[in-house]
Amino acid sequence: MGSLSLKNIHKSFGDVEVLKGIDLEVEDGEFVIFVGPSGCGKSTLLRIIAGLENESSGIIEIDGEVMNAQPPTKRGISMVFQTYALYPHLTVRDNMSLGLKQTKRPAEEIKSQVALASSMLALDEYLDRRPAELSGGQRQRVAIGRAIVRKPELFLFDEPLSNLDAALRVNTRLEIARLHRQLSATMIYVTHDQVEAMTLADRIVVLHDGMVEQIGTPMELYNSPANKFVAGFIGSPQMNFIPAQVLSDDKATTIGIRPEHIILTQEDGDVSGTVSHIERLGGDTNVYLDCGEAGLISTRLFGEHDYEVDSKLSAKFDPDRVYRFDQNGDTITA
Amino acid sequence: MTTSQPTSQSISNPMLSSNTARAIAAHAILITYTIIALFPVVVIVINSFKSRNAIFRSPLSPPNSETFSLIGYETVIKQGDFLLYFQNSLTVTIISLTMVLFFGAMAAFALAEYRFKLNLLTGLYLALGIMIPIRLGTVAILQMMVASGLVNTLTALILVYTAQGLPLAIFILSEFMQGISDDLKNAGRIDGLSEYRIFLRLVLPLVRPAMATVAVFTMIPIWNDLWFPLILAPAEEVKTVTLGAQVFIGQFVTNWNAVLASLSLAIVPVLILYLIFSKQLIKGITSGAVK
Ligand SMILES: Nc1ncnc2c1ncn2[C@@H]1O[C@H](COP(=O)(O)OP(=O)(O)OP(=O)(O)O)[C@@H](O)[C@H]1O
Ligand SMILES: [Mg+2]
Repeated sequence: MGSLSLKNIHKSFGDVEVLKGIDLEVEDGEFVIFVGPSGCGKSTLLRIIAGLENESSGIIEIDGEVMNAQPPTKRGISMVFQTYALYPHLTVRDNMSLGLKQTKRPAEEIKSQVALASSMLALDEYLDRRPAELSGGQRQRVAIGRAIVRKPELFLFDEPLSNLDAALRVNTRLEIARLHRQLSATMIYVTHDQVEAMTLADRIVVLHDGMVEQIGTPMELYNSPANKFVAGFIGSPQMNFIPAQVLSDDKATTIGIRPEHIILTQEDGDVSGTVSHIERLGGDTNVYLDCGEAGLISTRLFGEHDYEVDSKLSAKFDPDRVYRFDQNGDTITA
Repeated sequence: MTTSQPTSQSISNPMLSSNTARAIAAHAILITYTIIALFPVVVIVINSFKSRNAIFRSPLSPPNSETFSLIGYETVIKQGDFLLYFQNSLTVTIISLTMVLFFGAMAAFALAEYRFKLNLLTGLYLALGIMIPIRLGTVAILQMMVASGLVNTLTALILVYTAQGLPLAIFILSEFMQGISDDLKNAGRIDGLSEYRIFLRLVLPLVRPAMATVAVFTMIPIWNDLWFPLILAPAEEVKTVTLGAQVFIGQFVTNWNAVLASLSLAIVPVLILYLIFSKQLIKGITSGAVK
């Protein structure tokens, strides 16, 4: 129904090559998330899938059909934009039904589709309002509603939650997860937010500089990152990177260890240093250890802990969780 | 911001009173300007209701029971053709205005929305008309109109005024259209709107205030113009109001009552059109400030 296949997608704006050969297979019903630093081409890729931007080369197939020359409406997709992009002069109802009216669907079908979407998203009482008379969260729900009523096989989300405050973000995230289960449609979702990526995705695609760094389930990326970039990008606080010679490991260039895989002790550890800062989050405590040549090591401890700033401590790494990277940044597997 | 903050905190009261002083000064300037701008109009209107002697004896006093006279309006109406002149003026103004807005908006959309090779050059070429007055081309225009047999037709005027209005319309509207978010237009594309529908259904409603601004700036020079009617369409049946009023101005005798009355009447239609557009116009002027 809503499978997607990208083959060697390239995109250049003038002389600047933004996408450098993207290959991706998305199965029907999958929830795939694109993450990557700002400017790496996530939105551009999404817009190429949607047909809003022309690819420079490559093949886009949706549901087994080549879609390169098809306009957005013929691709069976819906898109939700970061800026909501609601039609400001139309009511919520008209915003949601415009696409269906455009394809000349019967009035009853439009009505029932809008009713279904608005009850799913708790928008019933706002149907006659204009977007300007809604809160940010309501606007985003309308934007999602507008995407749902078209019954697409493929949903595209471009950072849909980044304009919402933290609490609303959690709610809307749960909403989207629920929608994915209910609609069992394929979803492709762009985000900056780690938590969104880890919690929503079936698979995550890590993009960097217009190339795919790694594709995998959230736990695959967390447990076996293909390279230093992915290792640093997935997980928060970020993985610690330590020059290998400091730990007298001559086969690797860099050693990586996640903050949650470090134990602090008074006894001998892998590195030692002085406490430079402590962040108490209640459930977690982040301790930053200044370890001289090894740099600043962040550790994440479960529960509440009391350490004096400037006191001396050692960090002991969980030996099963230490990653080793070669000079290209690729992970060395045992 | 940062530099003005300490002063506003330490001496908040003088700030407040200097604010009021500034407001008073601003209002004084604006009121003075309004009086200067309105003065000739008011003089025309009040004198149009006075007898000929009273106009010259005390031109600034309003009509009273002695000096009140409708002789000017009677002459104008008796002249008979005046209704026709009005009709001509309105036809020319409204059709030119519609064409300017319609074609201007379409050109502006193309310039704002599509990346094509000669985009910048086309834009510059179209904007050139703002800086070069169309009257410089009068001789050539007249030759063209003679050649195409359009002299003494309203079509000639409409074509010239459309050309005259387009540059500014395109310039202003394309600025506004660039301000409309791409996401909105893309949402329309995904909803299956054709480019024409995106233009008509999404972009035009959103630039309505700008359209009103352009409408007012385009309409008034067209309505008031004397130059092109005189040169291109001086014949009786295609005269415009401004040109028609000239019949009362003779080389030796001028019928001031009639001139003033016809000018007063000529204000009415533009005023009505202006009132229609003005609500939108104010929106257009403040739209940047509010958001
Ligand atoms: N229309 C355009 N013309 C020229 N360059 C563009 C255009 N659109 C995007 N780019 C460039 O392409 C690169 C990728 O842009 P894109 O919007 O896809 O990034 P992104 O990954 O979505 O970033 P963000 O996370 O900040 O949204 C950027 O360097 C951007 O400057
Ligand atoms: Mg983006």
